[in-house]
Amino acid sequence: MNMMSSPKRKLVVIGNGMAGMRTVEEILARAPGMFEITVFGAEPQPNYDRIMLSPLLAGDKKFDQIVLNSLEWYAENHIELIAGEMVDHIDRDAKIVRGIKGTERPYDLLLLATGSNPFVLPLSGVARPGVMTFRSVADVEEMLAIAAPGKKAVVIGGGLLGLEAAHGLNLRGMDVSVVHLMPTLMERQLDASAAHLLERALTARGMSIYTGANTEAFIGADDSDTSPVTAVRLKDGREIEADLVVMAVGIRPNANLARAVGLTCDRGIVVNDGMQTSDPSIYAIGECIEHNKQVYGLVAPIWDMAKVAADNMCAVAASAFSPVASGTRLKVSGIEMFSAGEFMGDKTTEDVVLRDAARGIYKRLVLRGDKLVGVVCFGDARDAGWYFQMLRDGEDLGDLRETMIFGPVAATSGDPNDAIAAMSDNAEICGCNGVKKSTICAAIAEHGLATIDDVRARTKASASCGSCTNLVEGLLKLQLGAAYAPAGVKPMCKCTHRGQDEVRRRIVAAELKTIPAVMQALEWKTPDGCGFCRPGINFFLMVAWPGEYQDDPQSRFVNERMHANIQKDGTYSVVPRMWGGTTTASELRAIADVVDKFNIPEVKVTGGQRIDMLGVKKEDLRAVWQDLNAAGLVSGHAYGKALRTVKTCVGSEWCRFGVQDSTAMGIALEKATWGSWHPHKVKLAVSGCPRNCAEATIKDFGVVATEAGWDLHVGGNGGIKVRATELLCKVTTEEEVMEYCFAFLQLYRSEAHYFERTAPWLERVGLKYVQDKIVDNAELRKKLAADFVYSQSFMQTDPWAEQAASEKAAPKFNAMAELV
Amino acid sequence: MDGMHKEMIFIDIGELSDIPRLGARSVKTAGGDIAIFRTANDEVFALRDKCPHKGGPLSQGIVHGTSVTCPLHAWVISLQSGEATGLDSGCTPRFAVKVEHGRVLLAPASAVTATTA
Repeated sequence: MNMMSSPKRKLVVIGNGMAGMRTVEEILARAPGMFEITVFGAEPQPNYDRIMLSPLLAGDKKFDQIVLNSLEWYAENHIELIAGEMVDHIDRDAKIVRGIKGTERPYDLLLLATGSNPFVLPLSGVARPGVMTFRSVADVEEMLAIAAPGKKAVVIGGGLLGLEAAHGLNLRGMDVSVVHLMPTLMERQLDASAAHLLERALTARGMSIYTGANTEAFIGADDSDTSPVTAVRLKDGREIEADLVVMAVGIRPNANLARAVGLTCDRGIVVNDGMQTSDPSIYAIGECIEHNKQVYGLVAPIWDMAKVAADNMCAVAASAFSPVASGTRLKVSGIEMFSAGEFMGDKTTEDVVLRDAARGIYKRLVLRGDKLVGVVCFGDARDAGWYFQMLRDGEDLGDLRETMIFGPVAATSGDPNDAIAAMSDNAEICGCNGVKKSTICAAIAEHGLATIDDVRARTKASASCGSCTNLVEGLLKLQLGAAYAPAGVKPMCKCTHRGQDEVRRRIVAAELKTIPAVMQALEWKTPDGCGFCRPGINFFLMVAWPGEYQDDPQSRFVNERMHANIQKDGTYSVVPRMWGGTTTASELRAIADVVDKFNIPEVKVTGGQRIDMLGVKKEDLRAVWQDLNAAGLVSGHAYGKALRTVKTCVGSEWCRFGVQDSTAMGIALEKATWGSWHPHKVKLAVSGCPRNCAEATIKDFGVVATEAGWDLHVGGNGGIKVRATELLCKVTTEEEVMEYCFAFLQLYRSEAHYFERTAPWLERVGLKYVQDKIVDNAELRKKLAADFVYSQSFMQTDPWAEQAASEKAAPKFNAMAELV
Repeated sequence: MDGMHKEMIFIDIGELSDIPRLGARSVKTAGGDIAIFRTANDEVFALRDKCPHKGGPLSQGIVHGTSVTCPLHAWVISLQSGEATGLDSGCTPRFAVKVEHGRVLLAPASAVTATTA
């Protein structure tokens, strides 16, 4: 800073949230360097996106992904951030604010952005541990400390925020009930028909919905307020079990400080059209204010306020705040919903309604005269932006009235990009930040933007709630054509622009249970995928719905379809399982007999302690398996993205150095894990002492015995890129080895990308991520291990015996016809 | 004309339902194996069961749209032309095949190799 210049005016901002910081950004854009800025925040974090708390709760986002202004941003803009200190006094005469820790700062201009407080129900037991609100990162952390699969959560309040909280907790595996006072959900945004569809969709996800339900008390084990909540009691006497209760029953403007220092307040801090309070040196913005008897809770009007406040505070324009209609979307993945305007209608309005029961779609357009005044979409909100624009433009509909319920491209190709092309330049793409189509297109052209992140950084479009991301992507595609390559996420394959994480997440969230259902719901660009995504989706479905999903042989690579390894000449190799690398004379005799009988040209010992018979003709496979089965030999899965081998050393039974029975441990592991399918091949090993003769430290899951117990190593790989394992943890008992192994395999199966071995997966997510879930979280570890065991109950059938016995399987091993 | 006639002799090789949807079967002939593919829309195509790359049995690949991905090195071969798609180049002969009354009819002497421009 230039010490020679005249002293700058001092601006103090109380409130380090979205409204306050957006105003600061607007001020910096108008008059950089005009103010010396200090920001007080009661929360310890930098400014984050409060709208994204529900994705944070759901685990879709991490905290650093929802930070709006990083600490570097404050530093770069020379803003002093005093985080974690609430302001409790303003000396309006001396123009000084004081925090609760005693920090004082003088101001020339003061901006109040103190936000709102969640409403706390004045009911018995509200102070019990486990009863909380949903407003801040601290609240999310408190919820996650209790949340665990199978535990019970009750959300009080079936409005926007309550349902997003319920969705997040549901995704965390909790058993969620929603208690709502009104007869239908989201009555401030949805009519009864849409609310019914919403209730049905949520019930289908396993939530219990109680409407018209009045909460009476929060019950604990005893009457003292210190015993944690165990149930919610309703006025009608019903009790709902609860380990966690979230109150999401509304917010109240936080005007306490303003009221205490004598500013005019009603429900909120009263401001004029220029966002100025009754003290001309003090402005206020956001959820803490009241303007024309109205208070605000949605983000779009608050962004408008920020612009107005910045104009007036910088004295660049005397602009005035005038609220416009805002639309509402529910951020629950898989549920498309939008509402805006007078969606309930009245005596002076008419309705146009479209229902598609099979697809769960409901659209209602509310018209007054020849103008659109309200809209509700459920199940298909693609055209919501178009409707919302017409609603805000308030123009006469004319001929559009006949067909508008079918969307902007009713008569044309049905390509969603056409709808985007058809939108007017003034159409608002991002409702949160008020960004128009023309603004985005101009920014793409002028600044050569190529990715969603570029557009976010430059225009703020899709930077808040993200529900317009598809529209912004559409604009990028329109502008850039084939040159558009969505960055950040690597698409699964050429059939989609979606990444594997999204595909996996949506299979679970929307309960997609067949390959066509996945391709339909995720808008696949090809009719039946390709040689990569079909096997991938087939695998994802197998993991998501064990025992329920029917494996699709046509979506299996040849080896997994034929249960043998194809060789360069089209013959196959056959590798029977040898538990922990052990075998017997009779097994070896059976193998020798098979080799002779079928003229198998080569026999080789593999690196995984197995015997490989190479050059078996396709037509002979079933007969070979029959003979091997007769001697007790089963498939070794040497051909699959599956559990391959558990390699062992001889261990303490024979070896003079061995400290544990590694062979028995290896056999036990192999007996429990064989038959499991994975994103890629998986190899295990058990060494009986730290000399590690079984090479456990280059395996996916390696176990090394010590005097004290077992060291568990993960993420090793001996392939093209050798990678040594990392130490997951040390355990003492065989039972622990099994449990940790099952949990690790299940986590890998459920989260890794298809074709990703444990080594690159571990490098991508980090060892700590895996340790958090498997070592530090016993409950999750047990759940993962139990999920693995459950899945295995459907997997441990020898495919060779099945294929050899099934006449249905026979044709694929034989020619369809012989014309010789 | 005689030669032409012989090339277009169709032989009944079985039922359409013998081939799984999005799958393939092979037919043994004196001139080598021919792969018969069935798409999601029940269209049927026939190619020499040898990938132009390293001779992989295309009948063992994954069928998608009107293409097959070779099981050996994942080349994608067009079922309509027998040509490799994408950045790979090469072509495998195609054969005339049709479905009549649910029966698959193959002309095993009708091999044609597309000429790439």
